[in-house]
This record gives sequence, C-alpha cells and structure tokens, in this order.
Amino acid sequence: MNNQEMLNELDLLKELGNIGAGNAATALSQLLNKEINMNVPRAKIVSFNEMMELAGGPDRPVAAVFLTMEGELAGSLFFVLSLEDALKLVNQLIEDKSLCEDNFSQHEMGLSALQELGNIISAHYLTALSDAIGLRVTPSVPQVKVDMVGAIVMAGLLEISQFSDHAIFIDTELSEINDEMVQKAKGHFFLIPFPDSFEKIMATLGEK
Amino acid sequence: MLGLQNVTKVGIAEMNIVQAPHSIRTSGLGSCVGVVIYDNSAKIAGMVHVMLPESSLARTSTFNSCKYADTGVDHLLETLLLKGARLYQLKAKIAGGAQMFQFTSKSSDMMRIGPRNVEAVKARLEANNIPLIGEDCGGNSGRTIEFYPESGKLMIKTVNKGIRYI
Repeated sequence: MNNQEMLNELDLLKELGNIGAGNAATALSQLLNKEINMNVPRAKIVSFNEMMELAGGPDRPVAAVFLTMEGELAGSLFFVLSLEDALKLVNQLIEDKSLCEDNFSQHEMGLSALQELGNIISAHYLTALSDAIGLRVTPSVPQVKVDMVGAIVMAGLLEISQFSDHAIFIDTELSEINDEMVQKAKGHFFLIPFPDSFEKIMATLGEK
Repeated sequence: MLGLQNVTKVGIAEMNIVQAPHSIRTSGLGSCVGVVIYDNSAKIAGMVHVMLPESSLARTSTFNSCKYADTGVDHLLETLLLKGARLYQLKAKIAGGAQMFQFTSKSSDMMRIGPRNVEAVKARLEANNIPLIGEDCGGNSGRTIEFYPESGKLMIKTVNKGIRYI
C-alpha cells in the first residue's frame, strides 16, 4: 500500500466515523432536548502511546463507555468524556445534588445513567456504521467506568496488540450548543477495528 | 523534590533505566503490569511496562520484546546488568494487572489478561531468581506508578484511593 492509498483509506474511515457520530449526535440531541454538534473527525494510524496522548495523557481521569463489536465487523468502541462533561450530561438525566467528581466512580445511579446514555448513542453509532458498510455488527452490552483513560482504553487494544503496535483510531468530538453560549460538553468516540475487520471494511467499501 | 529530580517516563510496551536521584514513572496501568527491578546499593533501577503475558501470543515473527511479560522481564534484566547492576543485588517490585471490565462473552479470555500478566511476570522473576519485595496487583482500578532508586520506594497512585508507597 502506498501513501496515497493509505490516505484514501483514512479518508474513508473518517467518513465512516462521521456517519456514525452524526447519527449518535442526533440521538443524544433528542434524548437531552439540546442541540448537539459534531466536529470533523480525525482518523489516524497511531501507536498505543500516541493514542493515550491524544486522549489527554494516560492518567487523565475520564468517564468512559466501552463496548466490543462482534459479527462481521469486530473491534472496540469507546465513548470518552471528561468527568466534568460526564457530570453535566448525567445531571440532565437524573437529579442528584450529591453527585460530584469525587464520588462519581462509586455513584450507582450516576454510572447507570451514563451507561444508559452510552448505550443509546453507541447503538446509534454502530447502526449507522453497519448500514453504511453493509456488514452486520452486534454490539456487546456496554460497560461504564470512571478511571484513568490509559487503563480504560488499553482494554480495547489487547486484541490488536497481538498483531501490531499500532491501532487505527477514529476520533469524533461531540459538543453541546447551549442557548447562552457554545457550551462544550465534549465527548470523544474512539473506534478501534481489529486488523482483519479493517481489511474487511476496505474491501467492502472498495466494491461500492 | 521541588522539581529538582528528573522523572523518566516509560510508555506502553517500553523500558527504561534510571540512576538516583532520578525517578522513573509509568502512567495509566490497567491490565498492564509495571515491573521494577532495582539494585539498591548501586541506586540503579529499570522499569518495563508489559501488556501481554507470553511472547507466544505474538502473531508476527518480529515483535517488541517489552510488550510481553516473559521477554520484557528478561530484556529488562539484561539491560540492567549491562548498565552495571549486580545480579545478586537485584530485587523487584510490581504493580498493575487490574481487570478493568467484567465480560461474560467468549472474548473473556482477553479480559482476564490482568491476572495472567501478573502470573507471567512473577514466574519470570522467579525463573531469574529475583526476589519480589512488594506488589500492588489486581483489583479493578488504573494505576500510575513511580519508582525512586534512592529510597527503593514505589509510589502507587489511583483515582479513588490516592497515593501509597510500597
């Protein structure tokens, strides 16, 4: 594969990320009754360490929803939020004044709300993706975790790490538009396809 | 303290060696294991951040030896000896190997990778006759660790439980 072909493939992945996140943004928008915007995604081939840096440094505390994709397309999907932004979103779903950054990781109701939120948007993300490619994708039950981003994202890199030291990373940012100002509750999607799935996506898209 | 010391960072599947007064750190350990081997009298220490238990898991003919527990521990040991550490003085401290998520599906073997990493590291240390002096392994939390060759202490930081030393 030459550089030009590589760039075209990344563009295709970027487009897929765009489709998935666009659909997820709409779902989130309806759920919260707020306008949610999505910026232009990045698609990159990165080393594991670069990926952690892109996520804000390996020990940055985050709230993340993680699920694995099975079926004709396999891989990992993460929806990652800063603690501050996760709390903003969760507070729109549940009313609990005691919920704060310090107790979030043990707050059952808060985590459950975040999991539900993650469930809805990741399902929309994957449905759009699987429709666009024409491959069947079954998502696992999403899991939610508040911890260091490096420790969390590594769980999705284990499969690919047996094949290579690099992962394809499709990042998308969602931001919330408030009445008063552009309030950024930024969420990132990280989609990490397994090596054979990456080739499958490209083959399927190439036929179209 | 007060920023006078240099901290050497070790990334995922990387290794490095430091000499006192400098310290060595790796951040965001989940299922990965941070292995520190040190010579307390020469004040030299090395750290490797391993991801997977066995190099036999590699699906490629060439691989980064620091990625796997078995080859990573061996590589760290060889490098330390080259840098002047003495075999009979070497001791080890390890941390990590958490299980960040609970999975029930068939991919769960990969999800139990934390405990498997810890077992593999311990087996390799034992094979090389390096005594394990301290460990903070398992659980379900991420860890950042920093080792100080001057004192032989390993700092362990988690999001919820703060900082402790072993």
